[in-house]
This record gives sequence, C-alpha cells and structure tokens, in this order.
Amino acid sequence: MSNEPIIRVRNLHKWYSGVHALKGVDLDFHRGETVGLVGDNGAGKSTLINILSGTQAPTEGEIFFEGKKVRFKGPADAMEAGIETIYQYNSMVPTMSIARNMFIGREPLKWSVGGIGILDTKKMAAESVQAIADVDLHLRSPDALVGELSGGQRQGVAIARAMHFKSKVMILDEPTNHLAVKETQKVLGFVKSLKELGIPGIFISHNIHHVMECSDRIVAMARGEVVLDKRVDDTSMDEILDVL
Amino acid sequence: MKRFLKIYLEKPELAGVAFLLLLTVVFQARSGGVFLSAANLQGILGLLPEVALVAVGVTLLMICGEFDLSVGSVFALTPMAMAVTLEAGWPFLPAFALGLCVALLVGLVNGVLTVRFAIPSFITTLGMLFVARSITVVISGGFPPLLPNGAFPKWLFVAYVGPGDMFRMSFLWFVAIAVLVTLLLSRTNFGNWVRATGGFLPAAESMGIPTKRVKVACFMICSLLAGFAGSLQVMRLGAPLPSIGEGLELQAVAAAVIGGTALTGGIGTIFGGIIGATLIRVIDNGLVLSQVDANWFKMVLGALTVFAVILNAWLRRKAKSIKVETGK
Ligand SMILES: Nc1ncnc2c1ncn2[C@@H]1O[C@H](COP(=O)(O)OP(=O)(O)OP(=O)(O)O)[C@@H](O)[C@H]1O
Ligand SMILES: [Mg+2]
Repeated sequence: MSNEPIIRVRNLHKWYSGVHALKGVDLDFHRGETVGLVGDNGAGKSTLINILSGTQAPTEGEIFFEGKKVRFKGPADAMEAGIETIYQYNSMVPTMSIARNMFIGREPLKWSVGGIGILDTKKMAAESVQAIADVDLHLRSPDALVGELSGGQRQGVAIARAMHFKSKVMILDEPTNHLAVKETQKVLGFVKSLKELGIPGIFISHNIHHVMECSDRIVAMARGEVVLDKRVDDTSMDEILDVL
Repeated sequence: MKRFLKIYLEKPELAGVAFLLLLTVVFQARSGGVFLSAANLQGILGLLPEVALVAVGVTLLMICGEFDLSVGSVFALTPMAMAVTLEAGWPFLPAFALGLCVALLVGLVNGVLTVRFAIPSFITTLGMLFVARSITVVISGGFPPLLPNGAFPKWLFVAYVGPGDMFRMSFLWFVAIAVLVTLLLSRTNFGNWVRATGGFLPAAESMGIPTKRVKVACFMICSLLAGFAGSLQVMRLGAPLPSIGEGLELQAVAAAVIGGTALTGGIGTIFGGIIGATLIRVIDNGLVLSQVDANWFKMVLGALTVFAVILNAWLRRKAKSIKVETGK
C-alpha cells in the first residue's frame, strides 16, 4: 500500500485562452519524498501547482489522491484532502494577527448556525502558540500582526499553519522569493525538516542549488512538459541546466 | 511616546475619542454651558442614530475592501417604498419589510455587479446613487405621500424613552445593531473572512474563503442599515421627502475614515466609524451653538477628514518602525 503514490497526475492539460500552459503532464509523487520542481519562467510550474491546490481547474486530465480520483472545486477542497500550499507571494494577511491568520477559513467555532458562528479565540491563541513552537519559530505573541514579521518569519508561520492542519502533502512555490540570505536558510531548513516528519513535499525554486540541497528527486519542466525526472543522486547540475 | 504609539496601533479609534472629548470641552465653554444641556444632547442623540447606522454599514464594507456611494439614495428609497405602500393601504409590517427588501436588493445588485464584472465598487455604486434616487423621486409621484397617522408603531422606533426623555427608541435600535455588527466583525468566522478579504484578497482566496460571497454579503448589510436608518428618519419626521440623505454617503465615508478605517481595506473598527459619525454631529451642532456661520461646517468636516487620514498614515508608519526596532 505504501508503494502507491500519494498523488498521481495523468495527462494533465491546461489552456489559458490561447496559451497551452500544460501539455499532457504525467507525474507521480511518493510518500516520504521531497520533489524539487525546476524550470524556466513560464514553464508551467505554478500552473501545475495551482491545479493540485485547487485554485485552478485543469482543462483535461486526471488527478488521483491516495489512489482515489479527485476533482477539487476550490482551495478549500484541496486543503480538506490534506494538500497545503505555501505560495510564491505571501498567503498571509498582513493586517491580521498571527492567531487569526493561522485559522483563516478554518476557524474553530464555539457554536455555529449554517457555517457562521462564534470564534473560539482561546483555542486559536493556544494552538497557534503550539504550532509556531513546533516548527522552532520564536515569536513574541500570537497577537502580533503578520505585517510586523520579516519575510522569513511569515513563511515560517505559513509552514506552521500547514503543519498544524496535518498536511499530507506540502507544496512550496518559490517560498524563498525576495528573502535575504539568512531568512532563505531558515526556510530551507523548514523544507528539509519535512522529510524528518515524513511529509512529502513539492518544492519549487529557481535556485538549483537550493533544490538539489533539499530534494530527493528532481523534476524539470520546459514549455508545459516534463523534460527530466530523476533522483538527485542520479543526475547533476549540468544535466538539469542542459534540459532547461 | 512609544507606549502611546503602541496603544494607537492596537486601537486606532482612540485618537477620535480623544478629539471628541477635547471638542466637548471646547464647545461646552464656547456655548456657555448649552452644549451639554439636556435639551441639546436630546437633539444630538435624536439625529445621531440615523447617521451613525449608515456609518456602521459603510465602515464594515470599507473593511471588506469595497465602497458604497449609494447609501444616501437607499436612505431615501427604502422609506419611500414603505410610505407609498402604506398609503396604498398596506399594514405596517409588510410595508416596512418591503422597504427593507428593496434595500437588500440594491445591496445585492451593487455586490453582484461589482464582483461579477470585477469593476470598482466606486463606479457601480455611483451609478446606483443616481438610479436609486431617481426611482425614489418617480415612485413619490412628485408629491411626497404623508404617512397616515398611526400607520406605524411610533413607540417602537422613535418615541422618547429613558430618564428625562433623553433618548429616542431609535437610539436603542442603533446601540443594539452596532453591538451586533461589532460582534459579527470581531467574534465570528465571518468577521475573520471580511478582514482577510479586505486585508489581502489573494491570500484570502488561496485559503479557500468565498471572497465574492463575503463581499456581496457586506454590500447587502451596508444597504440594509442605510435603508433602516432612512426609515427611522422618516418615522421621526412623519413624512418621506425624496431628497433626504443627499450627501450622506460622503459623510459616512468621512466618519469611517476619521474613525481610523483605511480606504485600502482590512483596517478599521465599527466603533471607530461610530466615533467618526459622532464627531461629525458634534461639530455640526457645536458650531451652531458657538454662533459660527453654519457654512463653515463643511469646511471643518473636509479639513478634519484629510487631517485624520494624514495623521493615521503617519502614526501607522511610526508605530510600525518602532515595532520593528524592538522586535530585533
Ligand atoms: N492566469 C493566467 N492567465 C493566462 N495565462 C497564464 C495564467 N497563468 C499563467 N499563464 C501562462 O501560462 C504559462 C505558464 O505559467 P506558470 O505561471 O505556470 O509558469 P511558472 O513555471 O510558474 O513560471 P515562473 O517561474 O515565472 O513562476 C505562461 O506562459 C503564463 O504566461
Ligand atoms: Mg510560478
């Protein structure tokens, strides 16, 4: 059973009015494995990720999650299934507190009618403190505004959030974009720690060094197609740069 | 200074409260004690709920990142729809319900047009400002209908209550609604979605929040409150003039902004909007009592609005830089 891929992508196509962004992608993602996804600007990496995380619908093709065929109608469906995504831009609201950001869209409620109800703010504060401590991030208070955090700390909170909701797959789309060297190292540390936790990850970056450092397997894309799919040990920097 | 800034960052409406206290002292002195007299307070508290309810709705909508310029017209349209049907012999409840449904419908149209066609709500609701006002004048038939005596329960909406007849019932309605909306925004998951939607739309969307529906809901709440407020005014005056509420949309925006709400969305409180509306009423009233030419009112209102935005922006920047320093 554990040999079965956690995500199988078959013949995935995506058209954006005239642009063929994905041209029949087939990919397997396995349990306990971090996959580095590389490719030039416009190769289709984000498009693939957006389909897996439910923010976009494929034009054609199938996705199997834990062996079952799925069709996500929105990000909430994908998160419900256990796919958490850390985006290229920040998926945090800067004008809201850390505790509030942790639970956007998945707020614990004391009671509710028709999906709207009273927040359990105590639970939110306690659990966000725990979640942040779990990823070894040290922040003063869950009531601090996310806008006051550094870029690296924000990504840390985003990762803590994904962990807290017991993600089964973690997708990181250029999480180190616009970060200073020190902050980048912190985020790379988070990515590496995924393996210890046994959470499969999909890590996108333009920095091939970072990708090689953090991943077990490299998938390279170019012009909407997969052009290379090898274990890190079986390939080299030159080979990857060659196919891009 | 640091502590002051920190408090400000957490409670941006406090600046408005401080200013309100200051003005009270000034007007009390300048008017020779008339300002805080029972009769004058009674006058302020009679009109305040109507303006403040509109400000509450507009503030909520602005926190959600949208804008409504049609509230002044809805303020007139709702009671006009109610008055016309009352005149036609409908009982109060269905007539009142019809008026509020009209308000909800206007909000729904504003919201759906804005999110469906992804256009600025500034434009959608500017169009609605004219459309709703025009409908109001047309259905009034040029001759505003007189509300038949006893056609509506005065005791429930506008009768005086409290010690020394200090309040009208409308004030109690206002307090109850303001508390409800405040709780909705600060204590419920819906409020969390409103703030996220206005604070940073892409993040809210990627977290699976139905941002379009959240916005439409805020448009509808905003419109409903404006319609209810207009009905209160008409019941107080006894006759629905088609021209009431003109310019109210801008006063409501000014109230929200003076109370610390950011035009960019995500930042602000309902209480701040109420403080802003109160400030505007107090200035209006205080100027008259101080025997200043009433035409200065708009000038003061305009200056205060711009000043408040500049002060808010400056304090926010300051507070931010201090936080970052101490964070290291
Ligand atoms: N929402 C959209 N509408 C239209 N075209 C799009 C949209 N999103 C992406 N595209 C196009 O699809 C192609 C693939 O884009 P995608 O964002 O997936 O690339 P990427 O590999 O993530 O690039 P980058 O490294 O720059 O992030 C590009 O040609 C892009 O212009
Ligand atoms: Mg991309």
